[in-house]
Amino acid sequence: MKFKSLTITLFASSIFLTINICIWKILATLQGVSFTNLNFNLNLSLSLGLTLIFILIGKRFNHILKIFLLSLSFTIIYTFLNESSPLWFSAGIFLLILFFTNKLKKYDFKYLNQDFISEKIVFEFLSLFAIIFFALVILFPFYIMFVTSFKTQTALLINPLDLSIDFSKNIFEIFKSYFVIFKTYDFGRYILTSSYVSIGTVLITLLFAIPAAYAVARLNFFGKTFLSTSILIIYMFPAIVLVIPLYTVFSQLGLRNSVEGLLIVYTATTLPVAIYMLQGYFKSIPKEIEEAGLIDGQNWFGIIIKIIIPLSLPAIASVSLYVFMIAWNEFLFSLMFLDNPKTFTLSRAINHLTGDAETPRQYLMAGSVVVTLPILLIFIYFEKYLVSGLTAGSVKG
Amino acid sequence: MSTTLSKIEKRTAYTLLLPAVCLVFAIILFPIFANVWISFKEVGLKDIRIPEPRAKKIVKNIQDNNSELKIIYKLRNSSLIQDIREVRFSDRLPKNVEPVNLDKRCEFKSPKVKCFFGNWEAGYRENFEIFVKDKNNDTINSKDIKSNKINLNGKSNNILLTTDFTLKNFKNVFMNNNFFELFMTTFYFTFFGTLGAILLGIFAAQLVNQKFYGRTFMRSILLFPYVGPVVALAYTWTLLLDPNSGTINSLLVNYGVIEKPINLLGQKYLIFNILGFELKLRLALTTVIFFEIWRYFPLAFLFILARLQAIPRDLYEAADVDGAGPFRKFFYITLPQITAILSILFMIRFIWNFNKFEDIFLLTGGASGTLTLPISVYQQGFAISNIGMGSAVSIVIVLLLITFMIIYFRLIGKKANEI
Repeated sequence: MKFKSLTITLFASSIFLTINICIWKILATLQGVSFTNLNFNLNLSLSLGLTLIFILIGKRFNHILKIFLLSLSFTIIYTFLNESSPLWFSAGIFLLILFFTNKLKKYDFKYLNQDFISEKIVFEFLSLFAIIFFALVILFPFYIMFVTSFKTQTALLINPLDLSIDFSKNIFEIFKSYFVIFKTYDFGRYILTSSYVSIGTVLITLLFAIPAAYAVARLNFFGKTFLSTSILIIYMFPAIVLVIPLYTVFSQLGLRNSVEGLLIVYTATTLPVAIYMLQGYFKSIPKEIEEAGLIDGQNWFGIIIKIIIPLSLPAIASVSLYVFMIAWNEFLFSLMFLDNPKTFTLSRAINHLTGDAETPRQYLMAGSVVVTLPILLIFIYFEKYLVSGLTAGSVKG
Repeated sequence: MSTTLSKIEKRTAYTLLLPAVCLVFAIILFPIFANVWISFKEVGLKDIRIPEPRAKKIVKNIQDNNSELKIIYKLRNSSLIQDIREVRFSDRLPKNVEPVNLDKRCEFKSPKVKCFFGNWEAGYRENFEIFVKDKNNDTINSKDIKSNKINLNGKSNNILLTTDFTLKNFKNVFMNNNFFELFMTTFYFTFFGTLGAILLGIFAAQLVNQKFYGRTFMRSILLFPYVGPVVALAYTWTLLLDPNSGTINSLLVNYGVIEKPINLLGQKYLIFNILGFELKLRLALTTVIFFEIWRYFPLAFLFILARLQAIPRDLYEAADVDGAGPFRKFFYITLPQITAILSILFMIRFIWNFNKFEDIFLLTGGASGTLTLPISVYQQGFAISNIGMGSAVSIVIVLLLITFMIIYFRLIGKKANEI
């Protein structure tokens, strides 16, 4: 029993540590340090040794002193055995081992002797690994997008792995791509168009959806069940089957290349989900409040404005943020309807940039940062509302 | 009394619903029906534009004192393929100005000159001239003449409104040898994309459901791929995977994992040799599927996490008493509790991934074996400029979609309402 849990701990922890060291090394490579060998096997045996020594020492030492000394010696041996590296890289290795050995704190022979411990150990290391994995897989592209936008074309061609930002240059040089896309490629106008379209879509959607949702939630009328089921079914119809008829009709009506056309389409496509989300919330408001309003002589307009809207602000916030996100990120319709650079939205403008193969990639990435940053900031700031919007609206996407 | 009240209620309900219903009808339902109409027609992109009679006015003086002027109208049919019938023209002349030797097709009723030009064939052009003269031999202000707007109209066939239909488009869609491949590509993309996203979602939800330092931060960043704009993310991945100096290929080459960069998005097949068997992997399709998984697992994660948090704690406490490890707890408690949400999620995501356009379009444009049905709509309609074919493909999509929906509502429609 003891032997089994010991081996599992040794292998799980050392593989975990080695993978982390490799990730750190890869990240360092992207800062321009020229490593060419991951030394996986060597580092695996080093990590095995470290874990073994750690468990053998057990709790006989002061914990802090122990992890400090072990990390220091491991770092020295590691630096000695591996390729030469800058000091900050070794410091990173040191911190990594410090964190790792601190995680191992409770591991000694006594702990490994417990019942059913092996499975728990595997699960714990899997979880730790999963945290690293998800963080890396998700943040890595965003990181690359961000850093590439500060590079220059020649620097990228000379060494595509060196993505470090050269802080010795002046501010204007560092942010050059951003200046260029705003000056040469007119991104200021696209930001305005995108904001105008997104905010407009939110407002019009709310204007149409709130009364409709109120009717569905509260009033009795012929065809109510039919309507509420068809809302969801309509919502399932994809944009791609609407594109050709809308394109032809909009061409003939002269609505292509106009922000108004885009507004109409975005509003119509987000309306069903907005109604669906709002009516669910309206139903949860106690009827008595409205009845009190009725007695006070309010008509439906007064009830919606004075009772329903103030009471359902959280739901309205969710819907607004969700609709804003859809409109801001929308690509298909803006691709189809807009060919005139004067009416481009941000997404369409970035797509237009790639149309020219000569466009340097740092401009493309700077544009991507410009379109991504606002929506991520909004998401982080209003996460609670947007998450509930996403959950309700995520039949689509 | 009660009947009038319910009548008022009904009327209010219809008033409140009307704007939303009209808009949705015009922009979503009407196009679906219009698609059926167009799909039975032979329409190209160039046929969409309605032919219009156009005119440009030029004013020239022929006498020094400007009491006589020549007005030249450059008339043309805007379409090079369609005729315009019964073209009528009218223009207003300033006071005291009248035409001299007016063309036979025209008549002058002060202050308007009206003409009837008859039929203009496709690509018709004419320089039509009118001489005008002031009655009192005063100077005519040529600006007055120029500023008047010409009124020009004619009748033309709108190819979309005629009633000649053909089955050619559907024949082309189905008889084309590629249809089966197209369908299978779409199916692979949809099935594996959905499955992968849900599996990854389960892992992520299971992870975030535990307590650890930085859990809220983790929950936020897990949603980033879904919240970020598809254009930015797709191009970032294209750059990452680029065979020339893309980060991932450069890293792999640098560490000696591969000898030559792999064109992950541009290579149709990757051929392996395993135990003497030659295996072909659809490389570009696989890459696109992985992007799809990466982008949409956050949604699965969100749903599953919400369900996980609703599972009663005492179930796990009882399992702890019985000495069950984390894996057993997962397979015997968690999994049975989330199967309902998983099946709903699978169906919904399946339907949506089936219609996914942007992701593949931005990554590969449908090249190297990643052509799916939605991309085909775009290619037929806009790249090959055959609107009718594009519509026919989208009708096929709608039919498949309805089939999926029927299956969905039959299988789990009732469960969906419970959640």
